[in-house]
Amino acid sequence: MTVTDSGQRRTPKAAKTNSVFKKVVMAVSGIVMLLYLVAHVVGNLKVFAGRESFNSYSEWIRTVGEPAVPSYTVLTVVRIVLIVAVVAHFWAAVSLWRQAKRARPDRYVTKKAVAQSYASRTMRWGGVIVLLFIVWHILDLTTGTVNPDGDASPYDRLVASFSNPFSTAFYVLALILLGMHLRHGIWSATQTLGQSNKRRERTVNAFAIAFSTVLIAGFLLVPFSVLFGLVD
Amino acid sequence: MTITQDGSRSTAGAASERRGMNLTLRIWRQKDPTVKGKMVTYKVSDVSPDMSFLEMLDVLNERLILDGDDPVAFDHDCREGICGMCGVMINGMAHGPQQTTTCQLHMRKFKDGDTIDVEPWRASAFPVIKDLAVDRSALDRIIQSGGYISVPTGTAPDAHAVPVPKKDSDAAFDAATCIGCGACVAACPNASSMLFTAAKVTHLGLMPQGQPERNDRVVNMVAQQDREGFGGCTNIGECSAACPKGISMENISRLNHDLLGALRAGARPKS
Repeated sequence: MTVTDSGQRRTPKAAKTNSVFKKVVMAVSGIVMLLYLVAHVVGNLKVFAGRESFNSYSEWIRTVGEPAVPSYTVLTVVRIVLIVAVVAHFWAAVSLWRQAKRARPDRYVTKKAVAQSYASRTMRWGGVIVLLFIVWHILDLTTGTVNPDGDASPYDRLVASFSNPFSTAFYVLALILLGMHLRHGIWSATQTLGQSNKRRERTVNAFAIAFSTVLIAGFLLVPFSVLFGLVD
Repeated sequence: MTITQDGSRSTAGAASERRGMNLTLRIWRQKDPTVKGKMVTYKVSDVSPDMSFLEMLDVLNERLILDGDDPVAFDHDCREGICGMCGVMINGMAHGPQQTTTCQLHMRKFKDGDTIDVEPWRASAFPVIKDLAVDRSALDRIIQSGGYISVPTGTAPDAHAVPVPKKDSDAAFDAATCIGCGACVAACPNASSMLFTAAKVTHLGLMPQGQPERNDRVVNMVAQQDREGFGGCTNIGECSAACPKGISMENISRLNHDLLGALRAGARPKS
């Protein structure tokens, strides 16, 4: 290889941290959030058991563990774990994003994608949109701040939100983005944690597609049921 | 220009020679690392489809020299697909439309009248020396940081003295076919050298001779890769699709596995 200038040319900054370690933080925090999503979708489906069932489930989330621990204890723990996961995931993403920008300051005049999927290409901006969606979603259905029926019961808040086609459209869009994020995320986490190989590659990718499709379909079931009047 | 090597193809060869291809090349010209470069358009006529891409560039350079212009600088050495020197971006793809090296890419992959964009590998770790030639010594420094085994010199041991399972020797050999051309870095949206480093880590890590330094190797090579200013891997797969030797993504998983094991075992990079 050609050598123009020898030795330690650059950036001691990147050397202190390790890009693979950041990916591990990303993978582990992603898995934590993924497990939460599974619990979340199971809870959502209680909407089909009727208003009483859904509202009492919502109450149970806040009081679970009583009287051993005061109400909100379990919920607070879950919330703290999730906030830590979101912050860690975001930190790793931003840090690797900046590293990638530094690694290629001059872009190609012509560049063709050969292997990348739409999902992998939209991880970064898609992730940002999903984050904004989560903020909106909490303001809408958890705190009721932006909900048209903010002070009503959880069930009525949900119906109020999804009766608005624009709100539903935003949810659908964000959930599809989230589904693609998970599709690449599951594969990428398997690679990052060193659990993939040529033999498993196909299975991992098939699982990633199946899992994210089923999960997102589960989430989409509720807004669509409200929109089409199956739940009111 | 066309040299027909066997009689059976001479008619077709003669016909295509007469026709030849007329191409428009847009080539990145950059005087030295300190100035900004730009794409410059050149017409090349009567190109034989049997030429390699480098031979086509030779023809262009001959003409530029005769015209008193500066010829296009590009790296090349063996011209038989094994040295990894001739990496350039052709129409936005590392080594062009075929998964091979530029010297093994033939003009029959293009059509008469095509416009072809030729650019250098773009990564801050690969500074442009001139035009299409980049400095890939960052990859050498990654090798120096751990891509070796320390063995005493002396008589070569018998080849069958240290048995290696067939599965491991095959995987190690597949990884060892990496020629360090840098196409993985060039194709990666993050300009990451992960596939290169992973190939080296796998190659030595699967061999019995590579075991004593296995943990230190992976942590030091990854640290050096970060130090050189390469991007991080996001498992997109452009690298493997561009690799002229078809190094697979499973090597990256194996590197990650080794790295996690090494960090757990307390291995830390040399500062």
